[in-house]
Order: sequence, then C-alpha cells, then structure tokens
Amino acid sequence: MSDTHTLPAGAAAALAPRQYHLAHEPHPENGTALGFWLYLMSDCLIFAALFATYGVLGRSYAGGPTGAELFDLPLVALNTAFLLLSSITFGFAMLQKQHGKVGGTLAWLAITGLFGLCFLGLELYEFQHLIHQGAGPQRSAFLSAFFTLVATHGLHVTFGLVWLVVLMVQIAKHGLIRENQRRLMCLSMFWHFLDVVWIGVFTFVYLMGVL
Amino acid sequence: MSASHTHTHAAHGHDAHHHDDHHQDAGPHSTLSGYMVGFVLSVILTAIPFWLVMGKVIADKGTMALVLGVFAVAQILVHMVCFLHMNGKIEGGWTLLSTLFTVVFVAVGIAGTLWVMFHMNANMMPTHAPGHMPAVEQRAP
Repeated sequence: MSDTHTLPAGAAAALAPRQYHLAHEPHPENGTALGFWLYLMSDCLIFAALFATYGVLGRSYAGGPTGAELFDLPLVALNTAFLLLSSITFGFAMLQKQHGKVGGTLAWLAITGLFGLCFLGLELYEFQHLIHQGAGPQRSAFLSAFFTLVATHGLHVTFGLVWLVVLMVQIAKHGLIRENQRRLMCLSMFWHFLDVVWIGVFTFVYLMGVL
Repeated sequence: MSASHTHTHAAHGHDAHHHDDHHQDAGPHSTLSGYMVGFVLSVILTAIPFWLVMGKVIADKGTMALVLGVFAVAQILVHMVCFLHMNGKIEGGWTLLSTLFTVVFVAVGIAGTLWVMFHMNANMMPTHAPGHMPAVEQRAP
C-alpha cells in the first residue's frame, strides 16, 4: 500500500495503463462442445446413482431367479456388437461430414440408426422374455434395479435415435451448414457416451451377474 | 440460437484466420485411423471379458471381477480417447477437468454407497432373524 506513495512521479507515469479488458478474451472458441460435455457428465451422475443402486440391490433376489439363471450372454454379446458397430459407423458419418459429403453422411447415419434399432429390438425382446418368465421388475429388488438401470440406458438410445432421424431430415433439407455440423458433433458425443455407459452395463451387470 | 451465432461472428470477425462455411467449425478433427484403432481395441477389450466369463477361464470370483473391472476401465479409456477425442488441450482443458471431477464424484458416490449399505446390512442382520420379526411389528403403532 505505502509503496505506491513513495514512488517517484516519473516511475508512476512509466507504468503502463491498467487494462481490465483484454483485446482477445481467453474464452473457448466453441462453447457448445463444453456445454454439451457438461450435460453428459451430469447424465453420468444419473447413471452412477443407478449403478450404485444396482450394486447395493444386485444380490437381493427375494427367493426369485438370479442373474446367472436369467442372463443370456450370447444375446448380450450380440447386443454389445450392435452398439459397438453403431459407434464406428457414426465415426464414418463424421468423417464424411468433414469431407463435406451430404450423401455419405446421411448414408452412414442411416446405418448407425439401423444398428441402434437392432440394439433396441434385442433389448426389448430380452425384457419381454424376462417378464414373460415371471422375472419382471416387481419380482425382486435385484430385478427392479436391473430394469431401472438397463431401461434408462435403453431410453437414452431411443431418444438418441429420435434425434438421429430429426437431424437426418435437417441435413437432407439444409445440407451441412454450420448449425447442422454443430448438432452432428453433439449427437456424436451423445452416441459415443451411450456406448461408454454400455461398457459399464455389460461388465458390471451381465458379466459379473453370472459369476 | 441466431443471437449466439451472430455473437460468434462479431467476436471472431477481426481474427486473422477467418472461418469459411466449408471448414470444420465444431469439434476436433477426426481421422479414419483414429476410429479404426479405437474400434479394433474395443472389439478386443470386449471379446476377452466375454470369453473369460463364458469359458469360465478364471475359477476365483474375486479375481475374475477384478480382471473384468480392469478390462472395462481400459475400454472406457479407449472410447474416451479414440471416439470422444478426449485430450488435455480441447476447450482449454476444461473438458478434461470436468471429466476428472465427474470421475472423482462417481467413485466417491458408488464406493461410498456400497460401503455404507453393506455395513448397514451387516449391522441390521440380527433383526432379520425370524424370531425378532413379530416384536418389531408389535412396536409399530
């Protein structure tokens, strides 16, 4: 404090005028990517809560069927393959987008959507099969937690598919404009994120469930 | 949406490198090799755990669970790097920072939940014995 008073007048004038606003503010160039990432991280917390619930209740069978009796691992492996393939085809769509090819982008997005539909169809078949066997969500705490976790993931895939179709219509209508490129980037993050969550599901629910 | 769009133009209008509409506007640059490396690694890291469980390769359940967990973490990392293009530089490091925060939060949440609930289960066990059940019911109003 007292230092400023003892400075000679010349030295004080030599100090550069204080700048409170930089000419180039250090803000990220594209806030959307970070904002959407933060949404995905909050979604991650939802899944963490559901995983924790499953971790607590996953062995509370209430005298009902266990995971080892119910889970059909070849079916789960096929489902995992569908989701993994849809991830790489979405990557191909992003590469076509980078080359500015509308037709190629739409074609790969359509293939991604088909793999997503296959995944959902197989999951619904599994649910229907379980409920038909009397192993519905109301049978035991284990099955309640299982259906909640896996169906929440399935709902995310469903909404991802709705988004995919809407975005395909928009790309067909307006081409790969800046807005559509941004939307495509967000959906790409969403889709790959769902695949990451599925890694947790097939490892901790299905594979560890049959141990 | 259009307001933020014009704002972006105003902010970057005086920049030396001007964005044209064909240029990649959003997100990091992806490459075919990056996606293929990620895909091949994911297939391997998926196939091995399924083979381990379906072939009953490891007898000890604890060891098996640990191995499966390691494979899952490895595959999640592969997906983060190859498919979600995660690195320390994008968005000035904020993406990585928010991810690390989430990882810590998730780890504390899941580990803490399991720890508390299993301790509670262990401590509540005597009241679950059949003989004690009627006494509990009588006390209820």
